[in-house]
Amino acid sequence: MFAHDFVRNAYLAGTFVALGCGVVGWFVVLRGQLFAGDALTHVAFVGAITAAVLGFDERIGLFVLTLAVAGGMAALGRRGQADDVVIGTVFAWILGIGVLLLAVLATSSEGGTGIAAANTLFGSIYSLSPGGSRLAAAVGLAVSAGVLLALRPLLLATLDSELAAVRGVPVRALGVGFLALLAVVTAESTQAVGALLLLGLLAAPAGAAHRLTASPSRGLALSGLIAVVAMWGGLALSYEVASLPPSSAIIGLAGAAYAAATLFSRTRRRSAGRG
Amino acid sequence: MTTTELSPEQATTAAELVNASVRLAGKRIFTDVELTVGRGQFVAVLGPNGAGKSTLMRALLGLLPLQSGSVTVLGRPPAQARAAIGYLPQRHAFDSSTRIRGVDLVRLGLDGTRWGIPVALTTATRRRRKAESARIGEVIETVGATGYAHRAIGELSGGEQQRLLIAQALVRNPQLLILDEPLDSLDLPNQASVAALLRRICTSERVSVLLVAHDVNPLLGYLDQVIYMAGGHATSGSVEEVITSAKLSELYGTPIEVLRTTDGRLVVVGQPEAPHHHGDRHAHDHHEHDQP
Amino acid sequence: MSPSLSLNPVDDFNALTTYPFMVNALEAGTIIAVLAAVVGWYMVLRRQSFAGHTLSVMAFPGAAGAALAGLPTALGYYLACGAAAVFMRGGRSGSGLGSPGRGYGTETATIATVQTVGLAAGFLFLSLNNAVLGGTETLLFGTFLGVSRGQVLTLLLVAIAALAMVAAATRPLLLETIDPEGARARGLPVAALDLGFLLVLALAVAATSQITGALLVFALLVAPPAAAQQLTMRPGLGLVLSVVFALAVVWLGLGVAYFSIWPVGFYVTSFAFALYLAARLWHTTARRRHRGD
Repeated sequence: MFAHDFVRNAYLAGTFVALGCGVVGWFVVLRGQLFAGDALTHVAFVGAITAAVLGFDERIGLFVLTLAVAGGMAALGRRGQADDVVIGTVFAWILGIGVLLLAVLATSSEGGTGIAAANTLFGSIYSLSPGGSRLAAAVGLAVSAGVLLALRPLLLATLDSELAAVRGVPVRALGVGFLALLAVVTAESTQAVGALLLLGLLAAPAGAAHRLTASPSRGLALSGLIAVVAMWGGLALSYEVASLPPSSAIIGLAGAAYAAATLFSRTRRRSAGRG
Repeated sequence: MTTTELSPEQATTAAELVNASVRLAGKRIFTDVELTVGRGQFVAVLGPNGAGKSTLMRALLGLLPLQSGSVTVLGRPPAQARAAIGYLPQRHAFDSSTRIRGVDLVRLGLDGTRWGIPVALTTATRRRRKAESARIGEVIETVGATGYAHRAIGELSGGEQQRLLIAQALVRNPQLLILDEPLDSLDLPNQASVAALLRRICTSERVSVLLVAHDVNPLLGYLDQVIYMAGGHATSGSVEEVITSAKLSELYGTPIEVLRTTDGRLVVVGQPEAPHHHGDRHAHDHHEHDQP
Repeated sequence: MSPSLSLNPVDDFNALTTYPFMVNALEAGTIIAVLAAVVGWYMVLRRQSFAGHTLSVMAFPGAAGAALAGLPTALGYYLACGAAAVFMRGGRSGSGLGSPGRGYGTETATIATVQTVGLAAGFLFLSLNNAVLGGTETLLFGTFLGVSRGQVLTLLLVAIAALAMVAAATRPLLLETIDPEGARARGLPVAALDLGFLLVLALAVAATSQITGALLVFALLVAPPAAAQQLTMRPGLGLVLSVVFALAVVWLGLGVAYFSIWPVGFYVTSFAFALYLAARLWHTTARRRHRGD
């Protein structure tokens, strides 16, 4: 399997993208920003289309729009978060724009949009170039490092923002910075896993980790580990089974991990109560 | 001073527990508890964290089964008496962005459990609606919340929210009001005013009041009876009878001193650390709130 | 086909209603607006927009799965949305509006996982069926202008059923939404109400997204009710306003789209968003004025 270039590229990019998603995702779940993350992943898709319509490289559109919306959400909310309703309405509006752009795109070019849209929505990890996969790996690694470097202040700011402010932690700046990190990992991972499925890599491993342990260091490690294992497993499975798309396999495994963790934590609690 | 003599009309008790014990998740919360709350009395249940005070309230409401013993509320089994009880459970404060008015919250205390389309079509229902609105205004007036009852409840202070919640519990004219730590999250002035309000309601509305509290100080002077819970047991009597060095030492099984400050406040010294029982407060709450 | 706007409302309206497909679209739009406005009002109050969006996205695996299994598409929609509602409810860590529970912690992780696993499954079904994504454009963006008489009728029946259920549970649902601990203390079946509401939401979404497409449903579920809640806190008035706003947005969107080449979805979402912004602005300035004196 690893004899093939495209497989090696996929594993390289996938491993670090998964790591980044697992690590960032652990905080996204803790901060209750999954809906915002969902919105950002869809925004990424619209960004790609906008760029396509305007004739830019899709990746620029991805990054620019995602970062812009992240900034907007951070600005609109307190301690860098936004209201459920605000996210929903902005989200719906941006999707409406996506509708328009797709219509414009459909009339301007032919047929190719179907495949391009599919790739952006569901990922195309096996079609990454060596350079592209190295970039993805670097971004994933950088994002993980970023989170780990800011671990303690970020944790404090998340759990007790008032205490953090008193201790001199720049709560708002951290909030904005975190959303920016989320935007970056979103935009980059879109190419690997696709805009629609990226949320699963952010949520499921992190959710599983949160159910299994309350300790931050163990949780982060577990989240990253589950994400990477899901990635490897998914890539391997999709290689063996030709009709199984890689992103579906990866998300399927991640989801299964979350379900397993939920069941396990429930039975553990029930048996503890009975003692 | 013994418990207030009950006049003939008040011969029936508001609540009575005989030899009651409760087990939760395998742990014995309390055993052999005997208590009697007379009609129209103002009673506090005191004790350290995790002593089983909230559990006791839930047992009185019939939300928990007794392991042994019996419980009667207003002369009936708890489930049947529920309509005549106003209950104020421990709650989180309302989220600051909650867009509902206090008056709507109180109204829901009246009809929140009524299934069916809320449109008044017949004259009978319209008349009932009018009577209900009058009652709601009346009870909001009683708690002194008329000034802010039409504002968003999320914007109100803790004391204001608590008054509206008391109004919600009172709106159906209960005979017994059970409050679980109503003064818990309030600052001192609010504790004093809410305690005074509850005493006023007890007398003017002729409602028996049973409340759970941590600290007896705001309630001193209002109480007819005190029930002190510790170590899985309870003892009852007046404040002077129960909160004494001798009584509490016996209850805890270790030397406790009760001192009185120059302005009359009671201070309990030497109270051992009660083990924190998660079961008590959070039995029905979200249990997955993971905190590292 | 792009008839020109004559700017005379009567003439335009006549032009609009000449064709049966347009009449169907307007009727469907009306029913959908009312349904979405009412169910959405509760959804927004309960801060379950994330769940609502997830449900609307379930249209994709529903349709793709139905196509693969040879079942009618509508059945696929209902099954997928229903299953998602059950799974989301199953992972819930029961907490209410009045506590930080909603939106934090593992509850949202469950919703997000259900959403992406559903989408991943949909993509899998699609690939197994060797279909190209292009065909699913109607899935995402709807066939408003291709609604049949039969579809309008089915939609009406489903809407009546869903609205009746919500109406019958109005007060208990409201109490449970704003004060779950109080509701529990009064003996209301809190867990059943939660699941019941999600199922009604799933029903509304499944029925609506067959016509409006998955993306548009969400806009109608969120924006008009959110705008209404900015303007009033009274439940009764809020529901009425929500319906009025939704109707306005849908009719205007359909009307304008008829005379333009751009898709209906874009207009409806843009108007809905503009409405929300206007309501938000009004609320903020009204607040500031009130504090000023």
